Amino acid sequence: MRTFKLLAATAFATALTVSSAFALTVGFSQIGSESGWRAAETSVTKMEAQKRGIDLKFADAQQKQENQIKAVRSFIAQGVDAILIAPVVATGWDAVLKEAKEANIPVILLDRQIDAPDDLYLTAVTSDQVHEGKVAGDWLVKTVGDKPCNIVELQGTTGSSPAINRKKGFEEAIAGHDNLKIIRSQTGDFTRTKGKEVAESFLKAENGGKNICALYAHNDDMAVGAIQAIKEAGLQPGKDILVVSIDAVPDIFQAFVAGEANATVELTPNMAGPAFDALDAYLKDKKEPAKWIQTESKLYTPADDPQKVYDEKKGLGY
Amino acid sequence: MMAVPTILRERTPQLIVLAVILALNAIISPGFFSIEIQNGRLYGSLIDVLNRGAPVTLLAIGMTLVIATKGIDLSVGAVMAIVGAVAASLITSGYSLPATLAGALFVGLICGLWNGALVALLDIQPIIATLILMVAGRGIAQLITAGVILTFNDKPELIFVGSGSFLTLPMPVIIWIVIAILAILVVRRSALGLLIEAIGVNRRASTLSGVNSRVILLAVYAVSGLCAAVAGVIAAADIKGADANNAGLWLEMDAILAVVIGGTSLLGGRFSLVGSLMGAMIIQSLNTGILLAGFPPEFNLIIKAAIILIILVVQSPASQTAMANFRASRHAVAVKTESREHAAR
Repeated sequence: MRTFKLLAATAFATALTVSSAFALTVGFSQIGSESGWRAAETSVTKMEAQKRGIDLKFADAQQKQENQIKAVRSFIAQGVDAILIAPVVATGWDAVLKEAKEANIPVILLDRQIDAPDDLYLTAVTSDQVHEGKVAGDWLVKTVGDKPCNIVELQGTTGSSPAINRKKGFEEAIAGHDNLKIIRSQTGDFTRTKGKEVAESFLKAENGGKNICALYAHNDDMAVGAIQAIKEAGLQPGKDILVVSIDAVPDIFQAFVAGEANATVELTPNMAGPAFDALDAYLKDKKEPAKWIQTESKLYTPADDPQKVYDEKKGLGY
Repeated sequence: MMAVPTILRERTPQLIVLAVILALNAIISPGFFSIEIQNGRLYGSLIDVLNRGAPVTLLAIGMTLVIATKGIDLSVGAVMAIVGAVAASLITSGYSLPATLAGALFVGLICGLWNGALVALLDIQPIIATLILMVAGRGIAQLITAGVILTFNDKPELIFVGSGSFLTLPMPVIIWIVIAILAILVVRRSALGLLIEAIGVNRRASTLSGVNSRVILLAVYAVSGLCAAVAGVIAAADIKGADANNAGLWLEMDAILAVVIGGTSLLGGRFSLVGSLMGAMIIQSLNTGILLAGFPPEFNLIIKAAIILIILVVQSPASQTAMANFRASRHAVAVKTESREHAAR
């Protein structure tokens, strides 16, 4: 009996080693955990790896490129099958990417692009920020119809690429619809406090908010601040003033539940899923993916069971 | 009876600047001075200035005392973030409002005492001593919130501190006015203000003449920490959440600027709390005016910098001397004419 047990155990152990020999080992160099979204990206990446039986080696760079380069070098030394990098800056990657290429390890960029020859990496998985703005704008165009609509815009940090691109996409969407007009546009620095303060000034400057039909915020946090300002001005956010924003962080779904926001465009934290799919196709079938894989910019409205989405998202570490 | 007018008369330049900026705001936005009652509270741009200015005003009170001792406190913005995080985590773990506020203020006090100990006991230069907490503070705050914006949407008692109102005045306005009056009374109705100035002028000499400079230094940094704590609670309560990354970000710079515009020298010595309060109001009127103006956001900082440059140039010793000379020469001319008239008679 005991021999049998031992045998079974050995067989089981052998099976495990065999399966892990087939499983991929992937190194992931993450920027850090500076925002809730970043934390969610990390946990989704770990979940996606687990789902596929991938052994994920995780390295937190604490916002420093030198830590990321060190992590990539150590992944190369360990002989991993592939490397994921969420690059903290755009420049200075050529040398270490060449080392990975010489070691024949494919590299996939997550969430951000870099300034390097594109033969140094397999592909980049990112969202299209212009498209995000466009999805938000299209929603507003469709919702408002032919009615005249004055829009106030809360921009992200002046000069940052999401602020520039999300503004551009939104303007593209409302171009040609003369009934929609951006009457005020000011930066809220992507924060709740500034979002609230700037929204207060919009309301004061536009006849207590009576001239405003919709508010477009470059991220949900500013929208959450603006919603409070609208309420304090005695108006109903979501009804008197439509609220549309980008990111789909959990708190905006709470606003959906309360009927105080109308739409948000998701910046998905799941960059790793498409990356692993592309990697799989590349390793198994030698299929070269495109150099840029665009993630889906999904539109959420209060019709999408916000309470359920909120509970799901809250579990991701936002 | 005479006390209030004298305090204000000493601050004529600041009053003029404030009046000019408010007048400019009224030109930019015609409804600037209109105040109405909305949901049982005063509502209008002027109220926004008082309300939004609360954090910087509170920081400036503590900062004035620290600067008067020839010190500086760079950590106040980070302390706001720490205290906001503490308040949010206490209230969400089910503590009552008094316990939450006590805990939050206690943490602010500890932060202030830490700075004070580095400066007063270890004789580390204030800019370096407080830089430590400025850098580490946001990290500490993030550890407390676990890297998320810790929200307390279902805690009306704490939210009241940030966006409630009492006798139609927003709570933050009441809080900063009460604390400002208390601070002015304590430093000016006792010898404390004089002792603080003495340390700022010459710490060694004041120690030798019997001033317990260590205790007073510890105390001013502790007060600065407490003021930052109150500002931190207000900032968190205002947005119903603790944002460790952004709460109080760069506000230490606005607070220092408020003190300087208010006429207190960074070299220590003579200080004016009323001046600093006006400085804070000048900065906030400027911010609100820029937002109301509707310029593209790329211009915000340039406009702010240009106006502050003008204020500082007008206040600079060189232009003050020039102005005094101008006045003196006119006076001399007047005297001469007068004496000539005398002679003629």
